[in-house]
Amino acid sequence: MTAYVLDGVEALESEGIHVLREVAAEFERPVLLFSGGKDSVVMLHLARKAFWPAPVPFPVLHVDTGHNFPEVLAYRDATVERLDVRLLVADVGSYVADGRLRERADGTRNPLQTVPLLDAIAEHRFDAVFGGGRRDEEKARAKERILSLRDEFGQWDPRNQRPELWSLYNGRHRPGEHVRVFPLSNWTELDVWRYVRRERIELPPIYFAHRRRVFLRDGMWLAEGPWSRPRPDEEVAERTVRYRTVGDMSCTGAVLSEAASVDEVLTEVAASSLTERGATRADDRLSEAAMEDRKREGYF
Amino acid sequence: MGDGTLLRLATAGSVDDGKSTLVGRLLHDTRSVLADQLEAVERVSRGRGLDRADLALLTDGLRAEREQGITIDVAYRYFATTRRSFVLADCPGHVQYTRNTVTGASTADVVVVLVDGRNGVVEQTRRHLAVAALLRVPHVALAVNKIDLVGYDQAWVTAIAKEVAGLAEELGVPDVRTLPVSALDGDNVVTRSERTPWYDGPTLLEYLEAVPLDADPRHEAFRFPVQYVLRPQSGNRVGEHRDYRAYAGQVATGVVRVGDEVVVLPSGRRTTVAGLDTADGPLDQAFAPQSVAVRLADDLDVSRGDLLAHPEGTPAVTQDLEATVCWLAERELRPGARLLLKHGTRTVRAVVREIRSRLELDPVAGSPAQSLALNDIGRVVLRLAAPVAADPYAVSRRTGSFLLIDDHDGWTLAAGMVGDPLGEERRRCPPEAATSATTDVTTPRP
Repeated sequence: MTAYVLDGVEALESEGIHVLREVAAEFERPVLLFSGGKDSVVMLHLARKAFWPAPVPFPVLHVDTGHNFPEVLAYRDATVERLDVRLLVADVGSYVADGRLRERADGTRNPLQTVPLLDAIAEHRFDAVFGGGRRDEEKARAKERILSLRDEFGQWDPRNQRPELWSLYNGRHRPGEHVRVFPLSNWTELDVWRYVRRERIELPPIYFAHRRRVFLRDGMWLAEGPWSRPRPDEEVAERTVRYRTVGDMSCTGAVLSEAASVDEVLTEVAASSLTERGATRADDRLSEAAMEDRKREGYF
Repeated sequence: MGDGTLLRLATAGSVDDGKSTLVGRLLHDTRSVLADQLEAVERVSRGRGLDRADLALLTDGLRAEREQGITIDVAYRYFATTRRSFVLADCPGHVQYTRNTVTGASTADVVVVLVDGRNGVVEQTRRHLAVAALLRVPHVALAVNKIDLVGYDQAWVTAIAKEVAGLAEELGVPDVRTLPVSALDGDNVVTRSERTPWYDGPTLLEYLEAVPLDADPRHEAFRFPVQYVLRPQSGNRVGEHRDYRAYAGQVATGVVRVGDEVVVLPSGRRTTVAGLDTADGPLDQAFAPQSVAVRLADDLDVSRGDLLAHPEGTPAVTQDLEATVCWLAERELRPGARLLLKHGTRTVRAVVREIRSRLELDPVAGSPAQSLALNDIGRVVLRLAAPVAADPYAVSRRTGSFLLIDDHDGWTLAAGMVGDPLGEERRRCPPEAATSATTDVTTPRP
């Protein structure tokens, strides 16, 4: 007997596909932000399903800090090849090299992504930008719309957002403005992992337990590497770790974990006592309103 | 946590009623608040000289909200139990924020209306119940908070419950349940209180876990707004799909099966469903709210904005809409205004022919009006540049709702509901006039 009801993840999948199709139909030049992180992977997976058997009708854009995990870049390239989508790269490194952006004292490049992102949006005249942001991630994101207007400077004005009713999305915008679109708004970290399991979605290997040389800084395990060197008082040791989020190597922390499969990760996430950003993102610890401030300026 | 169903709820009430504390309590007691978030709340609470964590701080997201100690905008929260996942729209509830309550209620299966147990039903409670009735939210839970401050008094709570039941019946709220809670201490929120032995109903969480979800799609008329035409013409692996053509969309209501005869609206042409496709393979049938692609037997001119329905019981195809709107913008609405109307996947030009009345919610009554201002609810008559296929909102929230949009700056001006969901016309007219109306749009769903 058929139960005429969708379970939670099925309902979220249908909602996400609906949003992707609405935007593809109403906008002239959408682009999907794709980093190889699990949220963007799930979003691209939804896009493939939304337009099947036609190819995904828009390109993907990666804002590359130059400090990415090599495993994730390899995954990114293999995925766009397999899905036959066009990859555009906004290269933070070139901005630093020619002086348009300056390296921060703490060495992290996550906050530097905003300018290359906005430049890419202007250069390609993108009018809709899909992002994998989820409302459960962070307090400022909890107030974000599914379709969220950005002014000509890419800025978000959280106090002046359009009401969003039913499943009627208003994508009207003036020349120079664009709209950020978050098809995974209502997903939680656990939903993402449940969906990865159900759909058998392949993820970059760093999401699963592996041996890595790491050192402890501010309560986070950072990978030893060219962009995250331990200070003299920080001891490097090889540990079994995995990543809960994937970002800039210099500020993304690993968690000690033996979870080597999707099932084991699901068990671990369900039992976790820390949020994924609290556990692994130095950039969100900068201040109470770090994410809100970055979003106002045009960050993801 | 299992793969339970998804329930969408909205909370309405003011800061003074303890709404943020209630939401914080739900999140905290379902272990949806993790250690780092709780630490931050405890740190801030200590900084403000409080002797325990102020759970209300969990829900204030924006800098301005923390600075001013107020909640400005709808915030979305997530929690889950083994039985269900919950999407909670936390709506600031001051009278001037009807806009927020309407937004949260538009997608809600349940609205939790909060009252301060000391005050009982106040004007704002009646407004919230009216908004729930207007937006046709299937279930309302009235949480009588701060029962510790009224001595856990059964007679008092029973009196409030009785008053609310009467109001709900008058407004046409189909299902209302009153629960005595203390958000501060957690009584009857997630854990059953020992201080209310006279109360044998569910805790708020038990209620939310068990409340039946929206109507069964088998009892609804089939509606499918076409979103996007799938025609794989380019790409490396088009080959086998060269002649493929399907109409992508989300089933808004009802069920459709392969072989069903369908009518394309507004054209009125008939054809048959040849296939229901998904990336996971073909389906024999699809039901709301599944996203699928529909293949049709005949080569008709079908495009975005069209609506597929079964030939029996089709929605009205019309260029003249009588509707109830909640005005969401600072600028006023006046007769003659030219706007855009977005209904389903169709956007058409519209002109406001007439503003019939402004609706007072406490008590529900219409009064003549020349204009509508921010947060006003009114009855209007619209003329459209092209027809839409619309159901009365009282019958279908999905195909009876629309937005009014400013063509110039794109702002969302109004939430629109086809027909008269609160039965305001009926209230104004003498009973014999109401019974002679051709459609009684207040009839509840089967």
